[in-house]
Amino acid sequence: MLCSPRAGRILLGKETVLSDHGHQEHTEPPAEIELRVKALESLLSEKGLIDSEAVDALVDTFERKVGPMNGKRVVARAWSDPEFRRRLLESPTQAMASMGVESSHGEHIRVVENTPEVHNVVVCTLCSCYPWPVLGLPPVWYKSAPYRSQAVADPRGVLRQFGTELPEDVEVRVWDSTSEMRFIVLPERPAGTEGWSEEELAAIVTRNAMIGVERALAPAPAGVGA
Amino acid sequence: MHGVHDMGGMDGFGPVRPEPESQEPVFHEPWEGRVYGMNRILGRLGLWNIDMGRYGVERLSPTEYLGYSYYERWFTRMCGQLVEFGVISADELASGRAASPAPDALRERAIRAGDVPGLSLANPDYNRPAASPPAFRTGDVVRAVVRRPRGHTREPRYVQGRTGVVHEHYGSQSYADLAAEGVDEGHHLYCVRFEARELWGESADPTSAVYVDLFEDYLEAAP
Repeated sequence: MLCSPRAGRILLGKETVLSDHGHQEHTEPPAEIELRVKALESLLSEKGLIDSEAVDALVDTFERKVGPMNGKRVVARAWSDPEFRRRLLESPTQAMASMGVESSHGEHIRVVENTPEVHNVVVCTLCSCYPWPVLGLPPVWYKSAPYRSQAVADPRGVLRQFGTELPEDVEVRVWDSTSEMRFIVLPERPAGTEGWSEEELAAIVTRNAMIGVERALAPAPAGVGA
Repeated sequence: MHGVHDMGGMDGFGPVRPEPESQEPVFHEPWEGRVYGMNRILGRLGLWNIDMGRYGVERLSPTEYLGYSYYERWFTRMCGQLVEFGVISADELASGRAASPAPDALRERAIRAGDVPGLSLANPDYNRPAASPPAFRTGDVVRAVVRRPRGHTREPRYVQGRTGVVHEHYGSQSYADLAAEGVDEGHHLYCVRFEARELWGESADPTSAVYVDLFEDYLEAAP
């Protein structure tokens, strides 16, 4: 079905294995990954397919413009505006779009709400599915084997590794992102934040709280989140 | 395929070691950003879809899959797919030098720097009409079928043979197992709730449940 491309000295330094047979033959040690990536970029530029400035611009976009700040604004609005919260839970794509946060062209996003009785946590056991347009690129731990293997089998144990201890009677719901549907957790609004502005609230919403491994930060004494 | 990527419920990987959120860079090395950016551009050529990409990673040998970092996996898969789809030849990959430019049709689809600010970053629409009405409704008790798919699938091993309750019918979407083979067909998709004890036995937490998105082919009415 698939031919294993014979990889060369510069790019791979050994035979790539993309086969059903698991055949693997090391011929010589591979070059450093940086060099191999550089070599591929230069080859694809020569082919006319990769514009290195476009790669620069994409890197810049994901380093500076796309990230958890989008999700933080959405959560802060939901905490401040009950009508928005209702719309966010019912029609998340439209509710987010009304704030300029474009998540999906096919309404493939769900917001799951934490309450005193229910705590939600999101994982992708099969790869690394994550609501990128709303939260940015996933952290390394989210894509790691320890998290992917344990989150479905021992969610409380995994949460404890993030310092999150849940009372025994709180139900834990784990959302395994096995389709194109993406999940974002609406954390509980911490006590002591009454009367805060949306900006102040956004500052105490962490990315980890929107994945569900932590709670939103407790308010700092000064009235503005850490 | 029942590969090592299908990790739900496996043991032995050790504790999760999160970096502090405020200190974690988006890319840990410049080459990771290059791989990410190139992958976005190559994806837009329209040669492969998301499930072909996933299947490319799943076909790495278990040793490579577990031994490589995340972006090393992407890079290896990218090189493999570029050759598989005839975008570059094995010789070009080996030498690092282009024997000929890519066909005009491909070059025209490549994202240029000027396109980036106007690029939509929202996920694509995967909704597709289905050939038949849905077999299940919210509240139905269903069982995840036991099977051994030889290609790509999005039914994790840990739900096979387990009984759950349909939480939501999402409508119909491009069926991952066929999409990985280049066939774009709408199949009904459901979110199914499984109690932790049904999945992991009596020692599991009685107040925890796992929600898994499953295509209709992965499900049958519970006996």
